[in-house]
Amino acid sequence: MEIALSFLIGLFFTVAIYLLLSRSLIRMLLGIAIIGNGVNLLIFTIGRVTREVPPIVPSGEYAPLETIANPLPQALILTAIVIGFSLFAFLLVLTYRAYQELDADNTDTMRVAEPEDSPRPPLSY
Amino acid sequence: MAGSASTPKNLDLPPAMIEGVTSVADWVIVWPIALPMLGAAVLLMARKRPEWQAPFAFVILLATLVANFMLYMRVQAEGPLTMTMGNWLPPYGISLTADALSALFSLVSAFILLIVVLFVQSEVETRENKYGYHSLLLLLLTGVSGGFLTGDLFNLYVWFEVMLIASFGLLIIGGRKIQLDGAVKYGFLNFLATTFFLIAIGFLYGLVGTLNMADIALKAPQVESGAIYAVAALFFLAFAMKGAAFPLNAWLPASYHAPDPAVSAVFAGLLTKVGVYALVRTHLLLIPQSHAQLQLVMEVVAAFTLILAPLGAMAQTNARRALGFLVVGGIGAMLAGLAIGSPTGVFGLAAYAVNSMLVMTALYLVVGLVERMGGTSDIRKLGGLYRANSWLSILFIVLVFAVAGLPPFLGFWPKMILVQAGVEVGNFWLVAFILLNSILTSIAGTRLWAHIFWRDGREGANSEQINERIRPLTTRAKVWGLLPAGALVAFIVVAGLVPQPLFKAGATAAFAIYEPAEYVGSVFGSLSAAEE
Repeated sequence: MEIALSFLIGLFFTVAIYLLLSRSLIRMLLGIAIIGNGVNLLIFTIGRVTREVPPIVPSGEYAPLETIANPLPQALILTAIVIGFSLFAFLLVLTYRAYQELDADNTDTMRVAEPEDSPRPPLSY
Repeated sequence: MAGSASTPKNLDLPPAMIEGVTSVADWVIVWPIALPMLGAAVLLMARKRPEWQAPFAFVILLATLVANFMLYMRVQAEGPLTMTMGNWLPPYGISLTADALSALFSLVSAFILLIVVLFVQSEVETRENKYGYHSLLLLLLTGVSGGFLTGDLFNLYVWFEVMLIASFGLLIIGGRKIQLDGAVKYGFLNFLATTFFLIAIGFLYGLVGTLNMADIALKAPQVESGAIYAVAALFFLAFAMKGAAFPLNAWLPASYHAPDPAVSAVFAGLLTKVGVYALVRTHLLLIPQSHAQLQLVMEVVAAFTLILAPLGAMAQTNARRALGFLVVGGIGAMLAGLAIGSPTGVFGLAAYAVNSMLVMTALYLVVGLVERMGGTSDIRKLGGLYRANSWLSILFIVLVFAVAGLPPFLGFWPKMILVQAGVEVGNFWLVAFILLNSILTSIAGTRLWAHIFWRDGREGANSEQINERIRPLTTRAKVWGLLPAGALVAFIVVAGLVPQPLFKAGATAAFAIYEPAEYVGSVFGSLSAAEE
């Protein structure tokens, strides 16, 4: 199961990196979304995929009786999903605003902050 | 959670929980994070009252500074301090751990933000107050202090994201085209860097099965697998990107000149240094065996960053973009300290980071005032500011000397320690690069000064011609702009003339990194106390 998941994660990363290398912001956003899911899946796999019981302690006991599934990676993923989702939402709005203001979805033409035809530095001194 | 009504009476708590109440004195580690966070929340609720924003933020920051100072004195006196949240025993709970390095950086960050909030009063419109300018500034400090003071790797990731989202907000407040453009590049690349950090955390958790930094410091050196080096390399990639080291520095000069000068100043002072701090933590404390493996990479990255950044600064016509490159140059010097990796090297790194935080913030503030007088940051159109405001020109040239590392200014001492560290380990070519960086930085800085202040008018003007674009500073700009910037520069000058406190702070910080036993002991000390 881990091996299959590893290949799936590899596929996610490949697709994400391919999309992130694009000039189009929409493709880059998709890449960000996919790489986020790839990382979540990676943390899930790294916590070992086991067919154990959920970490619930029976009443009257202090500790689980048998081997339990590792709950920590799930807590980490939950946090990462929330953070990743909010940042993705922000980037989405930011990209839309940039598209409206700069009239550009292409990073090659987004040169307001770094003008392409920027003048040479003064040669005095 | 502890002591709630649902806890069964027969439960055996000592193996998992700290019993008894945390002493009030230990709470000092929480305040540097909690105060700005609470302040940000309150200011957000009071967004309809713009006149409250600035005074409240100032009071909160003053309290944060006091809390940071108390924490710093405590750590200096008693060594690392730990408090684990929710009274769980480490490594189950999330620990906050302050050692000399983190307490020092957190203290300087709070000081810088206090100065900047004063400076902000010279320019912020009521409209921007409404959109939460001051709360975002406080939230940024929360993220930075949290990143410095946390003792848990995943928690560090969370603080990085808090910092990131606050900096997004600050970057686009005002919504000018240049800000949106800068924010897109800043946003994508920084988000990607934290994603790499998260990947590294995942792998490290898979290898050592813990996220508590002290616990990792105990377990990671025992890991036989070579995979630990891949994890270390991923950490290096992520934090070098955060710290804007060459060749991952492109986002910094692309975005730092876009927002308000005050926001640029905070970014230059605080953000990249958290990346450097995280590099020191991960490579010297958590996975110390990786340093030897990655040393060559670190040296090469440091050398390129040291040289290419000031060269980039020389090629700019926009003064604030040029400063962005100088920030990157400082990162190169810190990476050189990390690459050397001896206690003296980390001593130099810590001292240089403090210097860079103070000096780069002050430089951006001064250039902010220059922009207000000249109406532009294009150095071809500036000129003649020496005649218009000689005080400003003195502040700027002092800062240029400090950033280049000329004695007797503040920047000289950390560079001297770094050179000494390089000579000690016999790494002479890195020493040569550090010295070359000083020469190039002083050329780049004095070129800026000569163009903005020294010559009489804009490019191509006669020497007698007066630059008619220049407007004098308003009284408000003088009181709230020139005074805080001047105070910061005065502090830098005094700290340069009396460097002993900086030496002491840097040396204890370096000592703390090379004494992991103390760091680990402060986290698990409560454990052994509970067992007795």
